[in-house]
Formats: sequence, structure tokens, C-alpha cells
Amino acid sequence: MFRYFVQRLLVMVPTLIVISIAIFVIIQAPPGDFLESYISELQSQGEAVDPAKIEFLRRTYGLDLPLYMQYLKWAGGLLQGNLGYSFEHSLPVNEVVGDRLSLTVVVSLASILFVWVVSFPIAVYSAVRQYSIGDYFFTFLGYIGLATPSFLFALILLYFAKEYFDISIGGLMEPQYMDAPWSWAKFQSILSHLWIPVLVIGLPGTAGMIRRLRANLLDELNKQYVVTGRAKGLPPGRLLVKYPLRVSLNPFIADIGSLLPELISGSVIVSVVMSLPLTGPMLLDALRSQDMYLAGSFLMFMAFLTVLGVFISDILLALLDPRIRLGAGATK
Amino acid sequence: MNERTSSDGASAPLPHYVSPAPFDPYSVERTTPEQEKIYLASQWKLMALKFKRHRVAVVSAIVLALMYLAVLGVEFLSPYHQDTRNVQHIYVPPQPVHLFHKGEFIGPFVYALDYKLDMSNLKRTFTENPEKPLKIRFFCRGDRYNWWGVVPGDLHLVCPPEGGPMFLLGSDRLGRDMLSRVLYGMRISLTIGIMGVAVSIVLGIALGGLAGYYGGWVDDIVQRVIEVIRSIPHLPLWLALAAILPVTWSPLWIYFGITIILGLIDWTGLARAVRSRLLSLREEDFCVAAQLMGASPRRIIFRHLMPSFMSHLIASATLAIPNMILGETALSFLGLGIRPPITSWGVLLNEAQNINVVVLYPWLMLPIVPVIIVVLAFNFMGDGLRDAADPYR
Repeated sequence: MFRYFVQRLLVMVPTLIVISIAIFVIIQAPPGDFLESYISELQSQGEAVDPAKIEFLRRTYGLDLPLYMQYLKWAGGLLQGNLGYSFEHSLPVNEVVGDRLSLTVVVSLASILFVWVVSFPIAVYSAVRQYSIGDYFFTFLGYIGLATPSFLFALILLYFAKEYFDISIGGLMEPQYMDAPWSWAKFQSILSHLWIPVLVIGLPGTAGMIRRLRANLLDELNKQYVVTGRAKGLPPGRLLVKYPLRVSLNPFIADIGSLLPELISGSVIVSVVMSLPLTGPMLLDALRSQDMYLAGSFLMFMAFLTVLGVFISDILLALLDPRIRLGAGATK
Repeated sequence: MNERTSSDGASAPLPHYVSPAPFDPYSVERTTPEQEKIYLASQWKLMALKFKRHRVAVVSAIVLALMYLAVLGVEFLSPYHQDTRNVQHIYVPPQPVHLFHKGEFIGPFVYALDYKLDMSNLKRTFTENPEKPLKIRFFCRGDRYNWWGVVPGDLHLVCPPEGGPMFLLGSDRLGRDMLSRVLYGMRISLTIGIMGVAVSIVLGIALGGLAGYYGGWVDDIVQRVIEVIRSIPHLPLWLALAAILPVTWSPLWIYFGITIILGLIDWTGLARAVRSRLLSLREEDFCVAAQLMGASPRRIIFRHLMPSFMSHLIASATLAIPNMILGETALSFLGLGIRPPITSWGVLLNEAQNINVVVLYPWLMLPIVPVIIVVLAFNFMGDGLRDAADPYR
């Protein structure tokens, strides 16, 4: 088990390196850099641009270095927790992003919890009572959840939240807590606002999870040992919980890996619509204005979160499922 | 059998009997023509038969077929051109179509609109004038257009009535007809899914095929690449890639750029499916036989292996299309996808971005209805195809 753990941990390293290179290439790819658009903006406003000043800026930001040096500088900074320098805000990225990264983690975790809590009972019900009215109802609901773009759902829900529950539109907390230090009241305010984004972000994932878990459980329920158990007079509840449910629980854990990117993708667009203080809106701005270190660090952070999620799910799976633990690391 | 029971007494010798009729080995199991049809059907025929039993999937397939057919004649179907502006009629709510005027049947018509500016909140209000019915015209001359940008014409299926506008789905902030814009947007949104999937199928088959057929280090590399791509969340990656497309490109080039971006990220699922099928198939006897007879890897992959997983591939591709359509919608909604003047459903929804629209002009969110219908239809059809392609169900 320990060997497997270390092995998985080591595999993460090259993956992360390759990802960081890919991200660096992507954020470098647009023609020109931030300084060029900055200069043209200044010129369009009729201001004179001092070439010495530009040269100075270029040197301080390291834009005159060859590409691989720029990459090494950036990646080295990442390792030390230094996310680089945001051109647009003229601040270190760490200060610009502030709470956003941690709030993104909070919202993502809450969404995963939501997906689990909601999809588990529904999936079990749908599988046990296959083709009942309830099953059809939830299946239908699941399809709608898959097909509705989340930003639209966010808009509609925002409207209803304001109209019927009187929660301030947008944001993750009441305005007065926005810049306040962390306190119990702020925490409560966040909790009361959290449910809308969590609902919106978690819905497509929930729909997918219900489908997978239901299919898995149905496969398991049709197996012979279940019939044998029933024939021998095992109580239905015990029969369900003891074996088929346990066996079909794997996707619950295994899906953290694929669920997390899905949730983060969802959170980007939802946070733009609802103007949440998450990474989404800032990423969008940074991409538009070629603020490359800000954008790159956000992308890297999201990718890291996902890789970490896959790692955790693999470890948990190995812990939970002896078939995987003893099967020498073959996860799927 | 009959002979034995009819002859009485156990001691009497059995009479020897030979039937003069010629022996028919199939006399016990006579196959009916229906059974024969199934037994002798090709794999594709079987799939079609199975697919037909899946009623929702068939309905979805028909809906999609109709929509793609409509894509061919968007200019003809829509009452206006997508850019026709009706300056007098901004933010008109959807007009209902009536059949009876004062209890008298006069065919489909809309009432003329009375315009009033509410001076207290500067909101435009349009009310129907029940005295002035305007008959809708069919097969008529209207806005000029270039069919697919090439063939000029002005024939429309439906035209606005003479003497007034017709906005069956309302009009937007520039007074453009939403119905026409939704129809024009359909062309972009529906084709972008197909083109994106085409890109990802090519990539998926090529890379998944290589990985699955050769195994070893080729497989390792492809697997790592897939892993890396999958571990970056899709939407932010799409956004970052879409931000690379130069602003100076024409909207048409942006369109192609977006399809390629969508396909570049999405091929991983298909590649995995291809790889796992190939890995199991290449161990089969027929594959070894082909190898022994000196067939080249290309011939083996395309001639011997491909037919056996093509059906699966089609099903997976069908299920990938809705993701692309939703992806394009999201990108355009955020302003990094298709750009006006090209219209897609995402571009239309970009206008419905803020809460004011939801409250004041809810009909601007109507493009969401076709998005949901198309995505659902593709999902149902894909599910049906997948079930049909699976021989064990």
C-alpha cells in the first residue's frame, strides 16, 4: 500500500511539469505581450511613451529573457508559492487573487459534497425501483440537468433567489463582509449564499453521477449472487446494502477525478454570471488583457486541484476496494 | 414414434418403416421469414433493427434530421434577414398568431402594434391593436439574401404582413427579429458540433489507434498526453485557447478556429474508447491471421479492426456532439467564442447575460430552448445508438 502511495505521488510530478509547460505555451501563444498592448493603449490616448521606461519595465518583468528562462522563472516561483506578477493590477499575483483561490476550493468541495449527498439516495432509489414513476421522473430531471447550460440556470435561480428569498444578487457574502477579516458572521453569510452557486455548479455533475451509479447498481443487482441471497431469504434491505451497494460505490470515489474538472469548469462560467469572488471572472479578464502570469497561475492552480483530486481518488479507491489494492495498481 | 404406440403387445416385432419423403434436417426448427431476416442480417442491419425499438431515440433522430435539413435553407425559412433592423420596434415581446378575427376565420394573422413610451420609467410598451389584423404572407418576396453566401434570392417561406412587422419570438435591442436570428444561429451552432466531432474523431482514431495497436511506449506516451489534457479543466482551457485566436481574424476564421479548439480538447474520450477496443481486438485470431498473411498495420487497422468498433465509435461521437454545442454556447456567452456578425445561439445568449434581461425582456433567453432540445436529442439518440451497438443487450 505504501509503495502504491509513493508510486502514485511520483507519477504526479512529471504530469504537473508537462501541464505547466503546456499552460506556459498557451499563455505565451497570443502575439505580442502585455507591454505591447499597454504601449498601444497609451499611444491611443495620446500620451508619449518613453522608450527608456518601456525598456525598464521589460527588464523588471523579465520579458526580455528567452522563453525557457521565463518559464523557469515562473515555474520556480510557483514552487515557492510565488505566483508571479500581475501586469494589469501592478501587484504580485498572490495579493491580487487573495481569498479567491481558497473560496474556489471551498465552493468546489461543497459542490462535491452536494453531488454525493443528492445523487446517492436518488440513484439507489432509481435502481431498486427501476421503471417506476419516480425512476422516470429522476431520469428525466437528470437529462434536463445535463442539457441546460449552467449559466442560464444561474440567471434564473438568481432571479428567484432575489424575488422569493430576498438574498442579495450575486456575490458570495453580504457586501459589508466583502473586505472584512474572517469572522463567524462572515462565515454564516457565506454559508447562506453558498447554496445557489453550489446548486448550479453541482447539477450537471449530479445528473451524470446518478446515471452512472444507477447503471452500476443495476448491473450488480442482476447478478446471480443477489438472486441466491434473495432465494435464501435475506431481508431486502440487508441484501442491498451488504453487497451490491458496496460493489457499485466505486464510481463515487473514482469520479472525484473527473468530477473536479467538471465542477471547476462549471464554476468559471457560473461565477462570471453571478459575479462571485472566485477565480472565474478574474481568469477571463486576465485572458482578455494578456495578463499572462495571472492567467497562467489560475490555470495552473485549477489543473493542480484536478491532479490532486485524481490522486486522492486513486488512493481512496485503493483503500476501499481490495480488488484494486491487491491488483497491483490497475485502477480501471 | 407413432408406429410403436399403435402396435399392440410388447412381444410383437416392430414393423420396419421407412418414410418415402426426402429427409429434411430442418424440419424440427423451421425458421420463419422474420427469424431468417434477423439470422442473416448484417451487423449494421441488426443495429438498425435494435435502434428502431428505442422509440425516444428514433424520435430524437427524426427531430435532429429535420433540424439539419432546416440548416440547408435557413435563409428561406426565416421571415427576415438576421441583420434586418426595425428601428421603430425595439424589444417587442413575442406576438401571438391568431386565426379568428371577431369570430371570423381569416387565416393566420398578427395584430398591428401600438407603441407607447412609458414616461415614468422610459420603458417601451407595445400593445396589440385589435382593430387591425394583418395577414401573414406565405411563399413571398422579402428581404434579399445570399443563400449560403453565394446564390442571391429573396423568396421566403413566411413574410411579415404588409403594413406592419411580425416578431413571433420578439425583437432584440436593435429591433432584429429573434425568430430569424435563432434560425440563422442554428446553422452555426449545429454545424460547429459536427465539425468539432469530425476533428476529434480523426485525432481520436489516429492516436487511439496507434496506442491500441502498437502498445508499449507509443501507448504510454499517448496515455500520458490524454491524462495531461484531461487534468486541465475543459472550459478554462477552451477559454485560454480561444483567447489566442487573433482579434484581426475574420469571424469566419474564428468560427473554424473555435471548431478546431473544441475538437483538440475533446478527442481524448474517443481515443480511449478506440484504444481499449483495439487492445482487446488485436489479440483475436482473425487479427493474428491477417498479420501472418503479411497485411500491413494500416490495412489491419482499417480493414479488419475498424469495422468491429465503428458502431461504438459512432455512438461515442454522437454523445460527444452535445458537449461541443454546449461548449460553443458557453464560449460565445462569455464573449470569447464566435463573434458577431456571425450568429450562433451562444452569441444570441450573450445578450441575455444580465439579470435585467431576465426580468424585463425574458424572450431574449428563448435561444436556450433549441439548445436544450438539440442537446437532449443528441443524448437520447446517442444512448439508443450505444445500446444498439452493444451485442450483449
